[in-house]
Amino acid sequence: MIDINSWDWDTGEKLVADTGGWKDKFEWVEEFQAGPDGEKVAAIVKSGEGEFSVCVNGEPWENTFDKIWHLRFGPDGRLTCIVQTEMEWTVAVDGQTWENTFGYVMEVKFSEDGKNICAFIQQDGQYGAATNGEPWENLYSDMTVFAITPDGQHTAGAVRPEPLGEGEIFKFQDGCYTVAVDGKAWDKKFVNVWHMTFSPDGKKLAVEARSNLYDYTIVVDGVSWSESFPCVWEPIFNPKTGAIVAPVRTAGEWTLAQDGKIMWDRFFVQCWHQMFSPDASKLAAIVAPKYGRWTVAVDGRPWGTTFGDMVTDAVFSPDGTRIAAVGKEDYDWSVIVNDTVWPDTYDVVWRPVFSPDSQNIAIKVEKDGLQTILMNGRPWKRECEAVWDPVFSPDGSKMLVRSIENGKYHRRILPITEITG
Amino acid sequence: MHGLYNFVRGPLAWVAFILFFGGILYRLISMLLGARKKDGVVFDYFSLYYGLRSIFHWIIPFANRNSRQRPIFTIVTFAFHICLLAVPILLLAHIILWDESFNISWWNLPDSIADIMAIIVVACCGYFLWRRLTQPEVKFVTFASDYVILAIVAAPFITGFLAYHQWFGYKFMLILHMLSGEVMLAAIPFTRLGHMFYSPFTRAYMGSEFGSVRHAKDW
Amino acid sequence: MAEGQVIDGIYFNEVIEDAGLDEGTKKLTPEKIERVINDVLKGETGARLKTYVDTCIHCGLCSNACHYYLSRDKDPTYSPAGKVKQTMWEMIKKKGRVSPTFMKRASQIASTQCCVCMRCAMYCPFGIDIAYIMSVVRRICHLLGITPLYIQDTAHSHAVTMNQMWVKNDEWPDTLQWQEDEAREEIPTTRIPLEKEGADIMYSVIGPEPKFLAQLLYQAAIIFEVAGLSWTMPATPGWDNSDMAMYTMDSEIMGRVKRVHFETARRLRVKKIVMGECGHAFRSVYDRGNRWLGWKMHPFYIEHAIEFYYNLLKSGKIKIAKKYEEPVTLHDPCNVMRGRGLYEMARYVVSEMCADFRDMQPNREHNYCCCAGGGVINCGPPYKMTRMLGNRVKAEQIAATGAKVVIAPCHNCHSGLEDIVSHYKLGTHVKFISDILYEVMEKPGAV
Repeated sequence: MIDINSWDWDTGEKLVADTGGWKDKFEWVEEFQAGPDGEKVAAIVKSGEGEFSVCVNGEPWENTFDKIWHLRFGPDGRLTCIVQTEMEWTVAVDGQTWENTFGYVMEVKFSEDGKNICAFIQQDGQYGAATNGEPWENLYSDMTVFAITPDGQHTAGAVRPEPLGEGEIFKFQDGCYTVAVDGKAWDKKFVNVWHMTFSPDGKKLAVEARSNLYDYTIVVDGVSWSESFPCVWEPIFNPKTGAIVAPVRTAGEWTLAQDGKIMWDRFFVQCWHQMFSPDASKLAAIVAPKYGRWTVAVDGRPWGTTFGDMVTDAVFSPDGTRIAAVGKEDYDWSVIVNDTVWPDTYDVVWRPVFSPDSQNIAIKVEKDGLQTILMNGRPWKRECEAVWDPVFSPDGSKMLVRSIENGKYHRRILPITEITG
Repeated sequence: MHGLYNFVRGPLAWVAFILFFGGILYRLISMLLGARKKDGVVFDYFSLYYGLRSIFHWIIPFANRNSRQRPIFTIVTFAFHICLLAVPILLLAHIILWDESFNISWWNLPDSIADIMAIIVVACCGYFLWRRLTQPEVKFVTFASDYVILAIVAAPFITGFLAYHQWFGYKFMLILHMLSGEVMLAAIPFTRLGHMFYSPFTRAYMGSEFGSVRHAKDW
Repeated sequence: MAEGQVIDGIYFNEVIEDAGLDEGTKKLTPEKIERVINDVLKGETGARLKTYVDTCIHCGLCSNACHYYLSRDKDPTYSPAGKVKQTMWEMIKKKGRVSPTFMKRASQIASTQCCVCMRCAMYCPFGIDIAYIMSVVRRICHLLGITPLYIQDTAHSHAVTMNQMWVKNDEWPDTLQWQEDEAREEIPTTRIPLEKEGADIMYSVIGPEPKFLAQLLYQAAIIFEVAGLSWTMPATPGWDNSDMAMYTMDSEIMGRVKRVHFETARRLRVKKIVMGECGHAFRSVYDRGNRWLGWKMHPFYIEHAIEFYYNLLKSGKIKIAKKYEEPVTLHDPCNVMRGRGLYEMARYVVSEMCADFRDMQPNREHNYCCCAGGGVINCGPPYKMTRMLGNRVKAEQIAATGAKVVIAPCHNCHSGLEDIVSHYKLGTHVKFISDILYEVMEKPGAV
């Protein structure tokens, strides 16, 4: 994890960049990205004819590229993007490209500390992953899912070692897909392999799989649960015990199963996005207790408040006593915390962020094209062209707010009382 | 003969009515409970407004495209269903029976009109029979049971007509008429004749789906 | 394709070789058939199917609804109720004790001789949903492993890639970037914004667009650019809104594919999903996949291309420079007409774009299916003549308009009508709305 103590928590307001002026310097400016500590703002810019670069705090990188996409700051503040020069693709980090180039780079993931940057790559029609520019030794004729360990030391994908011709349905049904970890494939093959999750220590890998057209199960390090189900969703690890929990479907209804055994006594129309509280004492999931109504269930007991469109982005507080989630009804988004809905609705609501002491919740929201931060239900007084997810200071007394207002990107450290009053 | 008449007029009539009402109740309740159990979607999308909108377009002749495309069939089927319902309920002889048994009565059709309506029912049955025998698309989906059902429907009207005109022995015909009427009543809930109770539900559900979800007409 | 014959006591109105059905049938046993049929009838269906079966009085009034029946000289084996007779009635009557050959024929009927277009539901006086009954038959066939090969392969593609055409993870964003480059030749500022979180619109399309019809992505980029909209396309799986698993009744895969689509919109924090000109994809997102997942409606507003273009023209965000001159007619795709009632919007769009619009008869919700939909065209080349002979009425309908161009705002309809037009030598062209819109619209930034 990143040590945010080293960030500047004292400077109240800093004008970092006149982002509005960038469009005078460049033919066009794409979406802005703000660094995690707020000190940088960047965007892909068109710097010349058929020439693209990245502008950071008003200064373009020296390098230019034929194409650039997927500009993202890593957790450690390094700025990465996928770039193409002379028909070859690679990843650029703070302007420096990896030495290796590839036929394509589809996706970039960061370790939690940002030190390892892992990419989903294609080279000569073969697929695999590359970490900090180093690709797997073995690549595969197809790869569809890409996962990394929290520390980014290991990468995995759903791969097809052998070619599969058009219309070879019976060969497909015998099982052509498996999992490759760091380029090495499991022996056992499956009809399908989907979502995969590494254990927090990165030592185990659990995946959703289909062993024939009809039987779904969870496979852990190549070994299937002895139970199969008519459908399953993505597994997660219990951070304390290492047990694996996944939503399973049975007789047309969903519930959670642990290591193959049904663990909740209640069944739902839908059940997914399960999560453990940080101390693993509680297990919550997003559920549909009845057809067309969505809510959060904690240890199998759904909240009373339900939403018609969806419930998403449920987050446990650090102490595990509270859950904040986003609900949507009739296309209006709102925030719900422990079964209580905050009063206002928005056009879009982002993922809730808890303060370290679990007392405060801050969220990025948007209404009528303007974005702001909401804390404990109260909006910040400024309405901005863009804001980024808020970050609480380690002691929870302050908040880092990154925003663009009137074409100016500011980094602000606010005492939380500025919003809570 | 008299004993048989009393049996058919009394206990058997009770049995028929009990089977009719009890059967319908049973079938409707089991349909709704069954739907609740495994087809909850039917209730979730049900809309009274769109359900009725659809029903209206299908109980009014020529209000839907299919009925306009088949004018003869439309006329026959509406004549058939109107007469089929009106004659048994509004026939003076039947009302007298109600009056004798339960002391209730209502407006009646003149016998001559009822007589013509009974003929219409029988003639329409003849038309349906002709369709089943000759029209490939109907013949292909016709089972033996469809002829039986047609016979069950036609029989009370044929026998009633014969009894009214006192042909082939009044009493005998009357007993046959009552018997066939009872058979029909008892058969309704347990055969495809049950469409008279099911169809408003299927129609309304389709109307609801088309109206409230798909924003389209279903006629 | 051979004409009708009796095989193992079962009448096949067409005899077609299809490895998916032939090989699948060889693996069937009477016990397995009985178990699967009863599992589905008792476990997955209920009062709705029973009521439909009990209510049908075998009147044959649904026949005139079906393009197969009408085109096949009123052969009753193609009538909607006739198809139920040859499949579901028999399965129920025999309590699942039917032969492998019977099931093969049932799969042929349900998968290739019914487009689940729902027109017959509008001709049945009781509103019996025969498309639903045929879907249950398809479900049984899926569980028995007897689905036509090509569409089964497509369902496999959905399961692996979450798209219809085995488009790999790199091919999709690569294609978008290529089309973006092409579009910049015309309007230099054009972008196809990938992964733009917080955009107003997520634009999703079907697998064949990047695979065969990349110019549609180009046209869409130009339309979005000129209209000045905030939009994005995902670079990850979830970009494809199509769903042939819906038509093979591999409902679990259908749900998985739809989930990825909706979750992608959620991840991108868009306000609505705009879909390209595809009918079945719309049905899968608007009506079927969402329901399987537990949504009564949808987590995001779903706007089909017809409604999207309607709003653009109505609001003046897109203006017409010069109307299209050639006489055009409009094919109403079942899934957005009977499925969403967009017929008046479609007519507004076509009338705004074209000087000479001639409606087909019948039209709107009564229009005949293209005979490609419902997954039938996806059953592949073995069934081409099934579609051609099964839709003479569509050819006659088109010919009667005298139009030179048929506008078909749906991919399956588009491909199916191209086959019809060429088979019946109609001499017309088939176009998407966007083909014409792109041609006639004002393009202020163009060089």
